[in-house]
Amino acid sequence: MNAEPLIFELSGATKKSFALPPLDVPEKKDALKDLPVREAIPGFPQVSEIEVVRHFTRLSQANFCIDTSFYPLGSCTMKYNPKINEKVAAMAPFSGVHPLTPPGLVQGNLEILKTLEEFLAEITGMDAVTLQPNAGAHGELVGMMLIRACLEGRGDPRKFVLIPDSAHGTNPSSAHICGYTVREVKSNDRGTIDLESLDREMTADVAALMVTNPNTLGVFEWDIRKIGEIVHARGGLLYMDGANMNALVGKFRPGDMGVDVIHLNLHKTFSTPHGGGGPGCGPVAVKKHLEPYLPVPVVERGPSGYRLDFERPRTIGRVRSFFGNFLVMVRALAYIRTLGAAGLKEAAEIAVLNSNYIRKSLEGVYHLKYASPTLHECVFSDKLQKEHGILNIDIAKRLIDFGLHPPTMSFPLIVPGALMIEPTETESRRDLDQFIETMKAIAREAVESPDVLKSAPHFSPVKRLDETTAARNPVLRWEEPKE
Amino acid sequence: MSYISLSDQDKKEMLARIGVSSLEDLFCCIPDDLRLKTDLRLPQPLTEPELTGHFEAIGLKNKQDAFISFLGAGAYRHHIPYIVDYLSSRGEFVSPYTPYQPEVSQGTLQVIFEYQTLICQLTGLEISNASLYEGATAAAEAVLMAWRLKGKPKVLVAGSLHPQYREVIRTYTKNLGIQVEEVGYDAKGEVDGEAIKSQLDGETSAVVCQSPNFLGAVENLERLAEAAHAKQALFVVIVAEAASLGLLRSPGSAGADIVAGEAQSFGLPLSFGGPYLGFMSCRKEYVRQFPGRIAGQTKDTNGKRGFVLTLSTREQHIRREKATSNICTNQALCALRATIFLETMGHVGMRELAYQNVQKANYALERLTAIKGVRKKFGAPIFNEFVLEFEGGYKKVAEHLLPQGVIGGLDLGPYYPGLKDCALFCVTEIHSRADIDRLAGLVAEVKR
Repeated sequence: MNAEPLIFELSGATKKSFALPPLDVPEKKDALKDLPVREAIPGFPQVSEIEVVRHFTRLSQANFCIDTSFYPLGSCTMKYNPKINEKVAAMAPFSGVHPLTPPGLVQGNLEILKTLEEFLAEITGMDAVTLQPNAGAHGELVGMMLIRACLEGRGDPRKFVLIPDSAHGTNPSSAHICGYTVREVKSNDRGTIDLESLDREMTADVAALMVTNPNTLGVFEWDIRKIGEIVHARGGLLYMDGANMNALVGKFRPGDMGVDVIHLNLHKTFSTPHGGGGPGCGPVAVKKHLEPYLPVPVVERGPSGYRLDFERPRTIGRVRSFFGNFLVMVRALAYIRTLGAAGLKEAAEIAVLNSNYIRKSLEGVYHLKYASPTLHECVFSDKLQKEHGILNIDIAKRLIDFGLHPPTMSFPLIVPGALMIEPTETESRRDLDQFIETMKAIAREAVESPDVLKSAPHFSPVKRLDETTAARNPVLRWEEPKE
Repeated sequence: MSYISLSDQDKKEMLARIGVSSLEDLFCCIPDDLRLKTDLRLPQPLTEPELTGHFEAIGLKNKQDAFISFLGAGAYRHHIPYIVDYLSSRGEFVSPYTPYQPEVSQGTLQVIFEYQTLICQLTGLEISNASLYEGATAAAEAVLMAWRLKGKPKVLVAGSLHPQYREVIRTYTKNLGIQVEEVGYDAKGEVDGEAIKSQLDGETSAVVCQSPNFLGAVENLERLAEAAHAKQALFVVIVAEAASLGLLRSPGSAGADIVAGEAQSFGLPLSFGGPYLGFMSCRKEYVRQFPGRIAGQTKDTNGKRGFVLTLSTREQHIRREKATSNICTNQALCALRATIFLETMGHVGMRELAYQNVQKANYALERLTAIKGVRKKFGAPIFNEFVLEFEGGYKKVAEHLLPQGVIGGLDLGPYYPGLKDCALFCVTEIHSRADIDRLAGLVAEVKR
């Protein structure tokens, strides 16, 4: 396969492109007189419509995606994205509305916001929700700002935030931007939070513990109630990273057992498309005592309809422009309405079933560092294959040859050579079996013909790419060839 | 409706292989007394036809579609070529995730590389990231980046920066000990040059300005860049109306060190405020403090050109609390739409689009200011927005327009105490001459 040219390489200065309707107002000849006008945009492309269509169609064909392939990228929850939700989000009353339109004219949109907030509060067992955060990491940041504001309200924001060594990298990064210093809590041999370590670290200057539950190994924090008690007894707050909430919907409500703040990822649990890396949406749900601090504006339902409340003296302020990634919220609401309570619970149950089916089928073939029972994902490693010189990256790249997207690699950090597998609930038995059989075949290849793995992938649009050179001599944009 | 693909037989056999007797057994790792024993209180599920009908009914509660609107203020209606929707809705773009496995993500990666190039060309700077969330958080990220680079506590922010962007900057900086000071605007609606000079000192990390600014004024950026650089501060330019970059001199060529903002104008519908597209570019020397994903060009083992995510040692998954930002998921699909939009428009289309905005806004300005009691508030040159002052206040004008199916400009009273009789109007290529004439006709009817 030839490399797809960059659009800039197809450009011709006098090619015809998109035409706007002709100017229908009297042209003011001196309108540009006082403006700092640019001559041209150096190197900017000029191509025909069919060139654009072929370019992007061919580029799209170089991607693996859920619509074409099994995509067990652990912690990312690559479940099927229902197509009808795209149609609903594209409806003109939702996609065509300016965000500063007077509230009286957009009651439907405000109803969508309020309804989704209420559904998410019910699902998490929390009291109030803000939908504004743009993604999971943004939700973490907002959640930690709420905690800080609440503690400041009590007179002392404190200095530290505790984060388990198994946590996603966004947790420490979000806490840091919120002005906190991060202290790590060790995992025990079950892969969960070590209560002794927590007991030691949870001092009077610790603001919060950020806990992912089920954690990044897919293991439920059995002691979650005890954990909450330890944190609360010393005046701290419990933050739950709800990135893995898809394992729990309808089975467990974080708000019922001591969680003060939780963020959700609508692009994981509630099936909105990942889009190649966004847009996401990371709502934050809180208990009553944190509600006064929620970002503005807050949607209120009053006797004369919905309105936006900006007058909230204890708010942390604004966290983005307007109201959040509204069309992502529309999709998530459509998903909840389609599944209902029973369907959402079934989704969690089958996600756990599919994951455990894979786990059971591959146990012994790949090494499983932690024996604890797991929910929606399982984390194997390359320990057995390493004896033959094969690393997780080789296994991952070989999967590509069979049309399967690799699992998440080398995360969580507490499992060296990790292969983190999350099949989600929407996969068929046939696809699960195909993945399992392929993983077994690759394990055999690791022993019998390791070179095939080392040089994989063999059937992808490009072979293994030189990431070292990319970082050492960065080429981050196309440049016009020098004459 | 369910999206599960297993038959009852499948489930039974799978449970048997796992060695448990029921689905509930799979949840025995959650203490029994913590497990939810009742159903969630949610409405009954809907089939596809019911769902469509349900959302159509909610949509009917919005009444804005019969209106002509002259709102801008950070969200702009422009023509979107049909192929933007057509191409960006392909499942191969919509349903993958971040391109962690480059061999099977060359589509997404090359799009990011082209997007980065386009942003660099438009802003006149050397490097761009793969996108940020939206304009306000992009502005906040730019402030944090400048603060990390310079390490000085103060940041000067123009009062003519979008009020919501200023609020977000305050939210982001208040826990980090960064002092945000605002700088007023002058009679022309531009950043007050004298105030900048007096407030800028050796403790200032950055000067942050928007152009065209929130009051519609196109700033003289060179003048501000010189002032900032004279005190060794970085000059950060925020662009909330990215369509202006098709015509106006690039901020980079005028001396900006970092450019950030909102690129919703590049092919994204208004969407009640999101998802939009944050962008950021900067000088190459600042790359180590640059936030967000970046795609780079490299070769595969056969020497063929390919693209990867690169310089990830800046990022949270490697650096954890020492990362340049906590951002992970960003706005890839929105950046794809912008890329298709820009490549479809081409340099001719982008210039024409921007030119029509200037022409139509000036036409509207002339028509409206010809009305007695309506005055142009500021003297600076404009792009597609302008502030009008109404004798007797703006409220009754807005109230007269609304029943006639016209949403006028944004009342600036709540945002600027000094502009209580003023409103910000936006006119783009979307507005026909008839729309503008209708607006002017209705405004003229208001008794003063």
